[in-house]
Amino acid sequence: MGRYVIRRLLQMIPVFIGATLLIFLMVNVMGDPVAGLCGDRQCDPATAAQLRKEFGLDKPVWQQYATYMGNVFTGDFGTAFNGQKVTELMSTAFPVTIRLTVVAILFEIVIGILLGVVTGLRRGRPVDTGVLLVTLVVISVPTFVTGLLLQLLLGVKWGWISPSVSSEAPFDELIVPGLVLASVSLAYVTRLTRTSIAENRRADYVRTAVAKGLPRRRVITRHLLRNSLIPVVTFIGTDIGALMGGAIVTERIFNIHGVGFQLYQGILRQNTQTVVGFVTVLVLVFLVANLLVDLLYAVLDPRIRYA
Amino acid sequence: MLLEVRDLHVEFRTRDGVANAVNGVTYSVDEGETLAVLGESGSGKSVTAQAVMGILDTPPGKITAGEILFRGQDLLKFKEEERRKVRGAQMAMIFQDALSSLNPVLSVGAQLGEMFTVHRGMSRKDAKAKAVELMDRVRIPGAASRVGDYPHQFSGGMRQRIMIAMALALEPALIIADEPTTALDVTVQAQVMDLLAELQRELDMGLILITHDLGVVADVADRIAVMYAGRIVESAQVHDIYKAPAHPYTKGLLESIPRLDQKGKELYAIKGLPPNLLHIPPGCAFNPRCPMAQDVCRTDVPPLYEVTGAGPDRRSACHFWRECLDG
Repeated sequence: MGRYVIRRLLQMIPVFIGATLLIFLMVNVMGDPVAGLCGDRQCDPATAAQLRKEFGLDKPVWQQYATYMGNVFTGDFGTAFNGQKVTELMSTAFPVTIRLTVVAILFEIVIGILLGVVTGLRRGRPVDTGVLLVTLVVISVPTFVTGLLLQLLLGVKWGWISPSVSSEAPFDELIVPGLVLASVSLAYVTRLTRTSIAENRRADYVRTAVAKGLPRRRVITRHLLRNSLIPVVTFIGTDIGALMGGAIVTERIFNIHGVGFQLYQGILRQNTQTVVGFVTVLVLVFLVANLLVDLLYAVLDPRIRYA
Repeated sequence: MLLEVRDLHVEFRTRDGVANAVNGVTYSVDEGETLAVLGESGSGKSVTAQAVMGILDTPPGKITAGEILFRGQDLLKFKEEERRKVRGAQMAMIFQDALSSLNPVLSVGAQLGEMFTVHRGMSRKDAKAKAVELMDRVRIPGAASRVGDYPHQFSGGMRQRIMIAMALALEPALIIADEPTTALDVTVQAQVMDLLAELQRELDMGLILITHDLGVVADVADRIAVMYAGRIVESAQVHDIYKAPAHPYTKGLLESIPRLDQKGKELYAIKGLPPNLLHIPPGCAFNPRCPMAQDVCRTDVPPLYEVTGAGPDRRSACHFWRECLDG
């Protein structure tokens, strides 16, 4: 196991370098970052040259990348053009997004798995058909529609929630945005759990558990669910990475100043340092989440052993 | 009598119609007795056993008539919760394929110990000690160090021993073994069968052995019940049946055993296929395959006749059992 983890960690290095290089190049092609600084007016050529020299933009791209990565490893993600440290932006944005992700993941786990188990055990009955239909609708309707609709109804019309989240973004204000963010994945978790449960409930070991005279509840939770959750855990694990970076739409709708919001601003203003910095961290988060999922796999299913 | 199944009927509702899997099975087992239930796939032997255990998939299965008397009480009248307490504690089942019948993600110790924590309210620690004791009893080498291992880490024979240990855990009065050795190597088969027979004698349990292996039957069974198309077609003491079968189907089964003195000759096989349970032929279900069939066999369902003069307590569902006995 230890050797496996080390090997996986080493494999992360090329993936990390490749991903960051790619994003660095893409941001570079996006346009001249200095041009954006002067707003709508043409920049004064002398000032532009001055700025380019200051930010090291006059050097070749590979040299810029090397300098940048060198700085990243010392914990310096550079400075946004407005003078704010990128690490400073991160320290305000990431806690908000992490809270949002936690809320979303909890919804997926609690509601998604519960619905999946209920429908999986009652396949073909009205409950099953009903839930399946709802999940289909949720999957088909884009997040910005569900988000805006809920914001309009709950926030504006009925006034149950505040339509936009305050800058501290406490948990209670993140419940509805979290649900919106989770909605599509939640529908997938439901369907995945349902299929898995329906498939395993006829398994021989479930029959054995019944023949042993175990109470129905124990047969389901200890024998059926444990086996059925393996694919679901994989999905939820990879979803953590996706939710951490993919909350741009939800964060825009509810005015949450998290990672998605900062990324959006960064791209809009051609703020190279911010975009590359955030994406670099997200790449890391994604890699670590994937490694954890693979390790969890071995915990859930003892037949899988890593050497 | 420990267990008496009386006139049991089970049907399965499928998309194509109603399959009559069990059509009036009657058999009984006493304490310390071994009843071998013999028959081809689809003859209803496993379904009957599942009905006795109360683990039939309902739906699509449904018990439409009959009684299952366990120590004189009709299990079919029990509430599910009462029934559950009987399962595992007073009657237990050993399944055919131990690899798929054991939970792959729980250690064998946990699966064995569960019997004690759930039925006896033992602590986990005591249950684990009991699990080791059981594994010792079924002669798994190094039980104490293997109690935390998972099913896939054991060999086929060892896994079947664990299934046996699980069934024996609470020392039930009745064990139903559904083809316990079919999935094993021939050499291991004998070991597992011997172990099962030995433990049965030791604990004086009733054993229902479901099999299609006539060799195994001759070694361990006291009585045989032969099933065909959801009915018992013949039942007798094991020696009487081998000496002279009183039903053409049993006769066909016995003749299809490979024998050394017939080396080089073509092996006998019962012609035709088992009947489709959706459309069981009228009259005797075996008549399309029977070499002795007469007109009466195609119209009248033979009752379970009492067979006289060829061993005690013997029955046959053949209009011509006398002729069958003679030749």
